[in-house]
Amino acid sequence: MTTAPFAFTDRHIGPGDDDVRAMLARIGVASVDELIDQAVPKSIRLDRALALPAPASEAEALAELSVTMSRNIVMKSFIGAGYHGVQVPPVIQRNMFENPAWYTAYTPYQAEISQGRLEMLFNFQTLVSELTGLPVASASLLDEATAAAEAVGIAMRHHRDKRNKIALAGAPLPQTLDVLHTRAEPLDIVIDGDAIDDDTAALLVSWPDANGVYGDHKGAIEKAKAAGVLVIFVSDPLSLTVTSAPASLGADIAVGSMQRFGVPMGFGGPHAAYCAVSEKLTRLMPGRLVGQSVDAHGRPGFRLALQTREQHIRRDKATSNICTAQALLANMATAYAIWHGPSGLKAIATRIHRLANGLAEGLTAAGVKVLGASRFDTVTAEVKGKAAAIAAEAEKGGRLLRVIDADHVGVAFDETSTEADLEAIAALFGAKAAAAASDSLPGKPRGGEFLTQPAFHENRSETDMMRYLRRLADKDLALDRAMIPLGSCTMKLNAAAEMMPVSWHNIANLHPFAPKAHTLGFRDMIAELESWLAEITGFDAVTLQPNAGSQGEYAGLLAIRGYHKSRGEGHRNICLIPSSAHGTNPASAAMAGMSVVVVRCTDDGNIDIDDLKAKAGQHGANLAALMFTYPSTHGVFEEGAKDICAIVHEHGGQVYFDGANLNALVGLARPGDIGADVCHMNLHKTFCIPHGGGGPGVGPIGVKSHLAPHLPGHVAEGSAHAVSAAPFGSASILPITWMYIRMMGPSLKKATEIAILSANYLVARLGNHFSVLYRGRGGRVAHECILDTRVLKDRSGITVDDIAKRLIDYGFHAPTMSFPVAGTLMVEPTESEPKAEVDRLCEALIAIADEAARVEKGEWPADDNPLVNAPHTAAEVLAGEWTHPYSRMEAAYPAENADSIVKYWPPVSRIDNVAGDRNLICSCPPVSEYSDAAE
Amino acid sequence: MATTYYTEDHEWLRVEGDVATVGITDYAQEQLGDIVFIELPETGKSLSKGDTAVVVESVKAASDVYAPVNGEVTEANEALSSEPALVNSAAAGDGWLWKMKLSDTSQLEGLMDEAAYNAHIG
Repeated sequence: MTTAPFAFTDRHIGPGDDDVRAMLARIGVASVDELIDQAVPKSIRLDRALALPAPASEAEALAELSVTMSRNIVMKSFIGAGYHGVQVPPVIQRNMFENPAWYTAYTPYQAEISQGRLEMLFNFQTLVSELTGLPVASASLLDEATAAAEAVGIAMRHHRDKRNKIALAGAPLPQTLDVLHTRAEPLDIVIDGDAIDDDTAALLVSWPDANGVYGDHKGAIEKAKAAGVLVIFVSDPLSLTVTSAPASLGADIAVGSMQRFGVPMGFGGPHAAYCAVSEKLTRLMPGRLVGQSVDAHGRPGFRLALQTREQHIRRDKATSNICTAQALLANMATAYAIWHGPSGLKAIATRIHRLANGLAEGLTAAGVKVLGASRFDTVTAEVKGKAAAIAAEAEKGGRLLRVIDADHVGVAFDETSTEADLEAIAALFGAKAAAAASDSLPGKPRGGEFLTQPAFHENRSETDMMRYLRRLADKDLALDRAMIPLGSCTMKLNAAAEMMPVSWHNIANLHPFAPKAHTLGFRDMIAELESWLAEITGFDAVTLQPNAGSQGEYAGLLAIRGYHKSRGEGHRNICLIPSSAHGTNPASAAMAGMSVVVVRCTDDGNIDIDDLKAKAGQHGANLAALMFTYPSTHGVFEEGAKDICAIVHEHGGQVYFDGANLNALVGLARPGDIGADVCHMNLHKTFCIPHGGGGPGVGPIGVKSHLAPHLPGHVAEGSAHAVSAAPFGSASILPITWMYIRMMGPSLKKATEIAILSANYLVARLGNHFSVLYRGRGGRVAHECILDTRVLKDRSGITVDDIAKRLIDYGFHAPTMSFPVAGTLMVEPTESEPKAEVDRLCEALIAIADEAARVEKGEWPADDNPLVNAPHTAAEVLAGEWTHPYSRMEAAYPAENADSIVKYWPPVSRIDNVAGDRNLICSCPPVSEYSDAAE
Repeated sequence: MATTYYTEDHEWLRVEGDVATVGITDYAQEQLGDIVFIELPETGKSLSKGDTAVVVESVKAASDVYAPVNGEVTEANEALSSEPALVNSAAAGDGWLWKMKLSDTSQLEGLMDEAAYNAHIG
């Protein structure tokens, strides 16, 4: 039953019935069923409809979710432990967090159409660098716990894996310690008390520790420095506005969560983590780094720098398997810092500190023992068996305290805390808050100015801030303006109804460690979502904890590892990976302690079955797993998928199914039925979570029952071996996927069919102009296709870069460049793009091929034509003098129907990648350096 | 009198006595494109044939350069730290990567001369 005049399916899927008929005619098939029969091998087809609830309308689904979530009880949280209440500035909530111009953008690999978010991420790096005192900061990791693990990884690489111990100074938060253990175990890294010796790679300083106490670690840090041990600080960034920068205390690396910079707790995530390093460690740092370079006209412009460190290039030798970041959340945190500026941040931090000290001094005066003498925001009280009772009493007043154990209670203040809270909490202990609390921060107060850069001072009024956020968004090309035809990225619609619940109070403001009885609604939604995803993929159990596809890969491989170990076959450590695999596969395998053996691909792009048989046989005794992507990264449904799984099982291996291309399977075939033992799903691709301009991502895994005991747990849920900081990872965005599945139901199959239809339509339209590199049976592709543009380079010197940049002049984001085949473009239209938009893309690509032909014929010189000069900015096109052999109109309005489109003007011309990598600039210098330079 | 040898992996070795200077060929630098960073070996490091000695990075690729023979690193070309583009502009000259003292000169016998290398890259 639906009350809406149109089903949501018709809103989600772009092409209407007439469009579908026209597309089928162009391809030359009679029906969608006929096309699917040609494209998808019969042997893997699911012969029934998915057992999902019938589709609900937008209003119905929202109402249903609202009822479920009303079972959540939101109290004021004083739990802390890495998650704090925040006041999201409304100007940021409305203009950034809930603005599709920000949340539907892709990772800024195409620098020229990403200058807005690159500028904000550059500001993020500047912010982190200023707070930590370390010169190089990356543009965000996934959460604090994994950031700490990544920092350990930096230390291991720094010592070239010759040292294997990590010493601790102060206890890390329990979830951080658990993730460190998860990550250390497969690599034989020992986390070993506070002793420092010749085998110690790093000293991890929890600043403050799990109880909120700043210990005296001066001696340990000095000893570490003398022994060449790297010093890692895990620090609360808000505390750093009022305490010494970690670099001044000896830190080589600093990490932490930026959550309390205006990002809601959201029952655990998503939030950005920061990572900053000393200069010598720059190239060992994982994840994205924004660098400043120049464009073709010498103007400054931003780009992602030093990408050769990353998994898509270095594969199993990469600095980490990390692929995504938390761009949207990093940008929110930066906007929060810009909104408040250094003085506002200091005021917030000081107020929080005074509240904490008021409680600590009050408790001490009342004879209640308080741990430690130096703190920022957290007071841990020793209460001899009364912890639970005090917390229960606090709950009656609507406040949640942290029960650490029977004898200890933690109280963490945040920017939402009030004097009334302080009084009430003090009273629970039979104490009175101290009237005028003094400071108990470690060392000297933060000296000198910080965040002197103009960006952190210019946007104090809401008018300025609103326009700043709009100005940046306008520089970028996101899904709210045009199709983003990135192959392998599935840039489909992120519907407004799916997004709305993320902002709901009873979703956004839940602490991940709130009592279970307060989170029943969330847990119901999660259980339902897990069961739906299990049905869709054909598995027995699903975990939603991994907060990126790469994390899912890692969790899946750990489950396989755990399974082999549990059977006394812990020696199985060989992971077979086809040469066409995405770089995260080998990088994840390396992190899971496995050795990668590459399986060849045949000329038509499929796994070479003979080579697979040979390698599975050769490594049979030690075979742990095969990782394979289906349909393949070449966009083709291989015939032999079931045989491939059988060969691996025959030799005692497990099959890891990379679900990157699940958008071609949902409703048509299930990885579990094909023979996979484990599979990750990118909820940010197939299941509508927006890409956020480069994260968040969610990468749950489904497993067969024999692997279920080896899925990650969490200390807050009474288990362990977590791969993420929070029990349910990026919980607050899971309702997006819940809404999508609830509104589509079994019609998810139709979305898949139209995605495949659209890709084959694109092939039919472009096949005469470009060669399509790989096709499956019947000449059909799956949901994406590779256009071989290398011939253009041979004939006219026009490169894949030129084509990608020229597409910007036509108002498009380029398709995926040079993956999985160098010099080619991979195009994925998705089911959400209307036929008219797919046509517009086809026409642009055809026009570009014609332009290349004119270069080939010599009509335009090879070094001065609209392709090599692309993209064209307004300033160039409007300049007084025009010396190019093509017209201004040809430069900026190349499409014939120029009048009908709203022109996207790139803010910069082509960015110089080489200059950016040769001379790395990754933060904005403080104002004092400008004046120094001027002197 | 120096003799120059080539490997299938597009390296050259200029051998004088028992010391070899090693670099990548002009063909290799052209394939890699603009080089932005070079990770050099530490002096004194002992290398066996096939060990990764150097990593050469362009904007889009990172390539390992393998030790073509056994020996000990006697010098790395520190000029490349500030000017990696030397490998592009002078692959066979100022863009040399490292020098090594050979421990087994008989390993040179399996390598190519210039004519054979030119035939190899066709």
